[in-house]
Amino acid sequence: MSDPNAELMREENPSTVSESMVIIRSRALRDRVVEAVLPPLVALLVSIVVGDLLILAVGQSPGAVYRLMLEGTWGNAYGFAQVLYKSTTLICTGLAVAVGLRAGLFNIGAEGQLAAGGLAAALVGLALPAGTSALIAVPLCTVGALVAGGAVGFVPGALRAKWGAHEVITTIMLNFIVLALLSWLISTRLRVPETLHTQVIRAGALPRLSAAWSGFHGSAANGSIAIVLCAAVILGWYLFRTRGGFELRAVGLQPEAAENAGISVGRTWIRALTISGALAGLGGINFVLGYEHYYEEGFATGAGFLGIAVALVGRSNPLGVVLAALFFATLLQGGLAINALVPKQMVDALQGVVILAMAASVPEVRRLLARSRGKR
Amino acid sequence: MNTALAFLAQTLRIAVPYLFAAAGGVLAERAGIISLTLEGFMLGGAFSAMLGSYYSGDPWIGVLCGIAGGLAFGMVHAVSTIRFKADQVVSGIAINLLAIGLTRYFLKLVFGSSSNSPRVAGFSAGTSSTALVTGLLHNPLIPIGLLIVPAVAWLLYRTPFGLRVRAVGEHPEAANTLGVSVKRVRYAAVALSRALAALGGAYLSLDQHQFTDGMSAGRGFIALAAIIFGRWDPVRAGIACLFFAAAETLQIQLQGMQAIPSQFVQMIPYVLTIIALVGVVGRAVPPAALGRE
Repeated sequence: MSDPNAELMREENPSTVSESMVIIRSRALRDRVVEAVLPPLVALLVSIVVGDLLILAVGQSPGAVYRLMLEGTWGNAYGFAQVLYKSTTLICTGLAVAVGLRAGLFNIGAEGQLAAGGLAAALVGLALPAGTSALIAVPLCTVGALVAGGAVGFVPGALRAKWGAHEVITTIMLNFIVLALLSWLISTRLRVPETLHTQVIRAGALPRLSAAWSGFHGSAANGSIAIVLCAAVILGWYLFRTRGGFELRAVGLQPEAAENAGISVGRTWIRALTISGALAGLGGINFVLGYEHYYEEGFATGAGFLGIAVALVGRSNPLGVVLAALFFATLLQGGLAINALVPKQMVDALQGVVILAMAASVPEVRRLLARSRGKR
Repeated sequence: MNTALAFLAQTLRIAVPYLFAAAGGVLAERAGIISLTLEGFMLGGAFSAMLGSYYSGDPWIGVLCGIAGGLAFGMVHAVSTIRFKADQVVSGIAINLLAIGLTRYFLKLVFGSSSNSPRVAGFSAGTSSTALVTGLLHNPLIPIGLLIVPAVAWLLYRTPFGLRVRAVGEHPEAANTLGVSVKRVRYAAVALSRALAALGGAYLSLDQHQFTDGMSAGRGFIALAAIIFGRWDPVRAGIACLFFAAAETLQIQLQGMQAIPSQFVQMIPYVLTIIALVGVVGRAVPPAALGRE
């Protein structure tokens, strides 16, 4: 037993060694829970306060506005389905950023990876003969989205591993490059004249949720959410139950130690960013296969950046990411619901506030916990 | 001859916001603070400059308001990264989103529009082609923008403050040992840097006599690309800005000729930045303490 533990035993004077272990373990667990949950709560509180100020600035009552926001989202079937639809893309980009963070990498390229995934899904759907069974077409289109996103994610991984080019910069630059390339492809070759979108796909369309229950009528929510939730579960299993996931997290925590333990850090970086890009690309199916059935330029503007917020608030945990995606989707949809009282642009500002508050409170909470540990 | 002058004049006009933002960004990065936020500060500066000009009718008040807006935003960023030690990448992205959100919100609130402000008093640079060159002098922000790069270079390399900035960015512990307050130097560098980026934004809205939603349009990231391409040296970054602006001008002048698709011209700064990071044109080594506490 190490010294701090022995000290703990003296302090608490537990009757048996095993009891002391329970105390220590429960403390460690409590600290971990506090560290995971407190920052999002602080961020929520700060964003509510700032939201209050913005609402008061237009002379409305915050209570009424928040009530309207809840009624327009979770309060009726259509609003709820829209929240589901908007959260589907955000889960993907959130998971993408989360995988990167677990490996100690910051993928800011989800925006471009998502667009590439969407276009690939549409191209596969266009290439398949009309009437192909959904059982074949949907998986093929989904794989297309994963591969395209993964390819875009691979590039910054390789640049980092081989040349040490920092992924924050390269992913930002790649966003612009990929989006410009896609825009060129669409405008010169792929678009229906006078529009910014491709032809409607021949196969691979996913059913709307309203087909299963008419209460969702008119909402864009569709079957892709099932695929995306599966991806979240698989990612959780990969990260926490497999050797590859362990290596990935080890590299994220202590690259030098991981290298010494025989893990190839460079290869793990490439793998992490490829998985990350693939997950972001997967988000493309929500719009392309599930909603409009074509690729449209700018179909998911902002979802990539919002994925950063989702991953941070979700603490890079797949379950947390799903919950955080629901939260931000509620904000997005809620913005539409309150537009009559307060400009919906308020939620754009609140997204920034949430991220900023998260960024500031995570190290603060960590310091406070370290200090309280030091006192004990 | 006339076309060459017109080309030069247009290049300079396009380069000015890049020059302001890149000069400011170099200053903050050399002090160890990542400048992903340039985009947000430009947007904030553009909006507050428009607001100042709208209420006062005087573009110079607009310039002052632009600087004030940049400083206010910059303080939020400085406090979160320096006081709370927030991750600089994360807080940088947050600031950018915040700038987009707040400018949209107040645009809607004050002017009831989700796209643009009404016309405000600004600096006119002359639009007819013969007045292009003399027009450069009508907008005082253009000569200031051209002088700002040598000014920042002088500040960084020839003054005690600049020495402290560089020390804090390379080796904060050593600077601290020598009695330099790391925090104070960083606050000052960030404030100055944000004021400059905001001036770049103010130039945009005062040049166009209005604010439009998202009018910074990635210019902050191009400035960041110029900083990296210029290997964190103000003069080299300034030259990179001029180069990027020239490419843009070329693209505008070639428009309609279908020589090079505009999308490929837009890519130039970003591709060059990646090439610079990979080390083909000489290794881009950032300040050692960039992004660290």
